Amino acid sequence: MSGGSDIGIRFDGVSVAYGANTVLDSLDLTVERGEVMALLGPSGSGKTTALRAVAGFVQPVRGRVLIGDRDVTDLPPHRRGVGMVVQSYALFPHLRVEDNVAFGLKAQKADKAGIPARVAEALEMTGMAGYAKRYPRELSGGQQQRVAIARALAIRPGVLLLDEPLSALDAQLRSGMLAELARLHRELPEVSILYVTHDQVEALTLADRIAVMDQARLQDCGTPQELYRSPRTEFTASFVGNANLLPVRVGDGQVRLGDAELTVDTAGVAAGTTATLCVRPHLVGLGEGVNALRGTVAEVQWRGATHRLYVDVAGQRVKADVRELRVPPALGERVALHFAPEDAVLLSAGVSADE
Amino acid sequence: MLVHSRKGKWTLWALFLVLFVPLFALPLLVIVAASFATNWSGAFPSGPTVEHYAAATRGESLEALTTSLVTALAASLLALLMGSWAALAAHALPKRGKRLLDTLFVLPVAVPSVVVGLAVLVAFSQPPFLLNGTRWIVILAHTVLVTAFAYQSVSAAIVRLDPAYEQAAASLGAKPSYVLWKVKLPLLLPSLNAAAGLCFALSMGELSATMMLYPPDWMPLPVRIFTATDRGSLFTGSAVAVVLMGATLLVLLAVSRIRTRASYR
Repeated sequence: MSGGSDIGIRFDGVSVAYGANTVLDSLDLTVERGEVMALLGPSGSGKTTALRAVAGFVQPVRGRVLIGDRDVTDLPPHRRGVGMVVQSYALFPHLRVEDNVAFGLKAQKADKAGIPARVAEALEMTGMAGYAKRYPRELSGGQQQRVAIARALAIRPGVLLLDEPLSALDAQLRSGMLAELARLHRELPEVSILYVTHDQVEALTLADRIAVMDQARLQDCGTPQELYRSPRTEFTASFVGNANLLPVRVGDGQVRLGDAELTVDTAGVAAGTTATLCVRPHLVGLGEGVNALRGTVAEVQWRGATHRLYVDVAGQRVKADVRELRVPPALGERVALHFAPEDAVLLSAGVSADE
Repeated sequence: MLVHSRKGKWTLWALFLVLFVPLFALPLLVIVAASFATNWSGAFPSGPTVEHYAAATRGESLEALTTSLVTALAASLLALLMGSWAALAAHALPKRGKRLLDTLFVLPVAVPSVVVGLAVLVAFSQPPFLLNGTRWIVILAHTVLVTAFAYQSVSAAIVRLDPAYEQAAASLGAKPSYVLWKVKLPLLLPSLNAAAGLCFALSMGELSATMMLYPPDWMPLPVRIFTATDRGSLFTGSAVAVVLMGATLLVLLAVSRIRTRASYR
């Protein structure tokens, strides 16, 4: 279906608007063949709209949508050949599991003799082979989820669209399904997956690349490691993982927070300006060291394996996740925190203020 | 449970019975009692007999029953077809068009049925649409009257239908017509079934428009009841009324049995 092209899905300046309200603002994004791309963002960020533009349920006011090397912008949904799984699963309640999975094949008038084998294959792949004769109402949420995935895979789509597929499941099932989805993707290396989620753990676990969306725009795009270790914007830093975002004055090879002088990589940020220093809480240690931050303890939370400390440093509240302490510091106690220079990222104000 | 105390519950039951029995149950019981009587001059009917039923299930009355059943069946099927079609079409229209259709289909309900009967009579008494004097004019009038109800109940069901089903089907490669037959209509089946039952019951009891239209060889049961009681044969009329009631209830029961088999949740 996607021919010899390496493109899975391409958004080419896609804008979607309802009246004067722009819900997706000129999105440029390419999902390569066989790649898992997570669209990560808060609700209202335009991520679901982007997915629906690929499925054909919203019509862009500008721009083109390509699947493989085919321009599908003006094609109706049933001629696009995408598999889709939505949050509510939308299994047909009047059909048995096997007929739900066979639905797409029958609708596309696939060779009748081959249908049972392909249904069995799809159910096998999702571990639902034993439930073929059941009705959807006789299945649990997680099982319905698997059937919905089997139904989407049965038509052997080149592109799989997953719209918050795990958000209706409880935490334990969710991590199980995440592993399942990762395994499915290894078994189907040709399929491009566009995965819409507001959950950073899902995005970090599953995606080859993450596209961070906010306020109808693409904010950032990169591999999970890139976005996590060296975010380019404050929004990315705070949405992908936890972050301390500290306003600092930039000097030459060092920055100042209050009267603390901190050594970090200042490449690309002009001296004398104000910038944001991003440090992950779990990379902050308790005690003296290089890049010491001294302040008073404002709050201590015990989280089992770790302690989360909130320390007020020069008017800023700094979060630190440290290994469980035998004797945690008392509230109001003066403590020192430290972090390694290579664990901090300096975000220039210009980059973060583009929204 | 709004009321928790035992005393409160008993009071409510008593209130329900005091209101329900005289208003709804007693009139029907009186008809049943009258249908078995030859005389009713005191507090209770007297002279028990089943002769009225013998008359009510023979000859002209039996013919009228068949007429009613055929009319109601034809009218409700036609109404269901047109009403659902219109409701599906209206759902796909922009808001203003849908509102216009909604208003059009409420007209036969808003206008008194006598007026609808008269309108149909006047409209179809001239060639090329000369239906006056045939059974078709009765069926037509009934269809017009009950289509409104079919449209409204199907329309309400379509609004409640989750668009995710339609979209899931489309993403699997199903053409709109395939989605309609294999997904939407099956999911709407319980509502279509309920609408059919409602249309059937309404048509079975229709009198005022029918009075203005029926030809001599197509007299539905309600007209028969009316003429019988009008002539003074109150007890025969009661027996025919009980037959009408029984026949309608039987059909509704059958329809609701199909419905329970067709509902999925």
